[in-house]
Amino acid sequence: MEAVLAFFNQYGALLAQGTLDTIVMTGLSTLFAYVIGIPLGVLVVVTGPAGLHPKRALNAALGWVLNVGRSIPFIILLVALIPFTRFIVGTSLGVPGAVVPLVVAAAPFVGRMVEQSLAEVDGGLIEAAQSFGASTWHIVYKVFLRESLPSLVRGASITFITLFGYSAMAGTVGAGGLGDIAIRYGYQRYQDDVMIAAVILCVILVQVIQSLGGLIARKMDKR
Amino acid sequence: MIQIEHLSKTYHNPSASGDAHHALHDVSFDIADGEVFGIIGASGAGKSTLVRCVNLLERPSSGRIIIDGVDVTGFTGKSLLELRAGMGMIFQSFSLFQQRTVLQNVTFPLELRHDPKAHREARAFELLELVGLTDKAKSYPAQLSGGQQQRVAIARALANSPKIMLCDEATSALDTRTTASILALLKDINQKLGVTMLVITHALSVADKICDKVAVIDKGRLVEMGATAQVFANPQSNVTKELLDSRIRLATAALSEEPAVLATIEASGEQDLARSGASEEPRGFGAAERKGF
Ligand SMILES: Nc1ncnc2c1ncn2[C@@H]1O[C@H](COP(=O)(O)OP(=O)(O)O)[C@@H](O)[C@H]1O
Ligand SMILES: [Mg+2]
Repeated sequence: MEAVLAFFNQYGALLAQGTLDTIVMTGLSTLFAYVIGIPLGVLVVVTGPAGLHPKRALNAALGWVLNVGRSIPFIILLVALIPFTRFIVGTSLGVPGAVVPLVVAAAPFVGRMVEQSLAEVDGGLIEAAQSFGASTWHIVYKVFLRESLPSLVRGASITFITLFGYSAMAGTVGAGGLGDIAIRYGYQRYQDDVMIAAVILCVILVQVIQSLGGLIARKMDKR
Repeated sequence: MIQIEHLSKTYHNPSASGDAHHALHDVSFDIADGEVFGIIGASGAGKSTLVRCVNLLERPSSGRIIIDGVDVTGFTGKSLLELRAGMGMIFQSFSLFQQRTVLQNVTFPLELRHDPKAHREARAFELLELVGLTDKAKSYPAQLSGGQQQRVAIARALANSPKIMLCDEATSALDTRTTASILALLKDINQKLGVTMLVITHALSVADKICDKVAVIDKGRLVEMGATAQVFANPQSNVTKELLDSRIRLATAALSEEPAVLATIEASGEQDLARSGASEEPRGFGAAERKGF
């Protein structure tokens, strides 16, 4: 018991800071990934062969970008993007330095997930909206996005959890966070107790996000 | 009110080697103001294509669509959206927005016009009263029966006070009793509000109940047209005779209840007399189960 207390006295602040860093880093990345990924997914659906405005070349180009974006290993992206990251946020270190590559890695992934969510929307609803004189813009946000909202929320929790895994790697650029703590203390200094505590926190965090995402999606889904 | 002149529609199938499918071929007819006009024909005859051409959800390959004296065939952009807003449409599968309440479904067409919210909702309640569903305003479509969903769809179609209503197989997913009540409602709307209706159906009984005039189409061609009673009493074309024939066979079969004859009912695909279709029972139960509460 005393050992546990002593452990928390020594490492509690470190682990709390790590948890906070991870949440901020992953949360911000998820948010920005959606700011970019939603328009991408919508564009792919709208310009698709059966979309509202089929545009063959643009659609093919977008599909290519999304596929290539998703096929580059994150650790390589992290390093390759260092100049770009510096240009955008002024540094390649710390939480801001990690968010840029995380967003770049996640945006194509989010684009595909958004595309899939929108594709699930019944074509009859699109036609009904058109029959009432809805513009493309109205159809996008009043039908596609609104009707697929529960599915988008489920996708967002998957994205958060995926980025959570990536954020551990971002620790190598000094972004901090639980993954970074686990590697620095466990792997480099053989302090297994700190590593195990960090991993347990990771597991709890993932569970909470997964359950929360599922709960919100179920609550809002009226089908 | 609606004039269709030499309307043709050809689908070019990109997958097959330049295969062209003539869904409509030189179809012409006029619908008078306030009329209920029926289009009947077998499945695949081109009925949906025809009705979708009227609000330009489908672009005619040739021919003209004239609404209220205005040639609308070439309408695009804003004028196209306004044209569509002036017509209401209902569908076989109801096509209600699942994540919106009944009230929000009915206000949808008004949201597109930027009506103030209070105004929209007042109008929606008026319409829900008309279709007898004011108590369901806060429900979601999944909690309603098929007949109730179609009533909501009718209220939604009327939101913009259209002069024209397009009904594509609006009762084909409903059972006999529900069909009768929906048809009565449509007739009521036609008489009270003077809405001109284009009613698409493969079921002759539907045309028989509400249409003033009918046109029969077969393989994309208009084969017969006239006052409903006249066409049914004295059919001219073989297609119409066959359609009527199968109906009489069905009626006799339903009386005799012989298994062999009943099998022909199923095969002939006439649903209005067979005892199939959606029931009036609410369907929200499954949804509640899926949520796991
Ligand atoms: N988008 C389309 N592309 C190609 N063929 C189509 C399309 N829509 C309808 N068709 C064809 O046109 C014909 C008429 O279809 P439709 O108007 O839906 O008939 P109905 O409503 O009378 O059953 C059918 O043979 C159908 O396969
Ligand atoms: Mg059809």
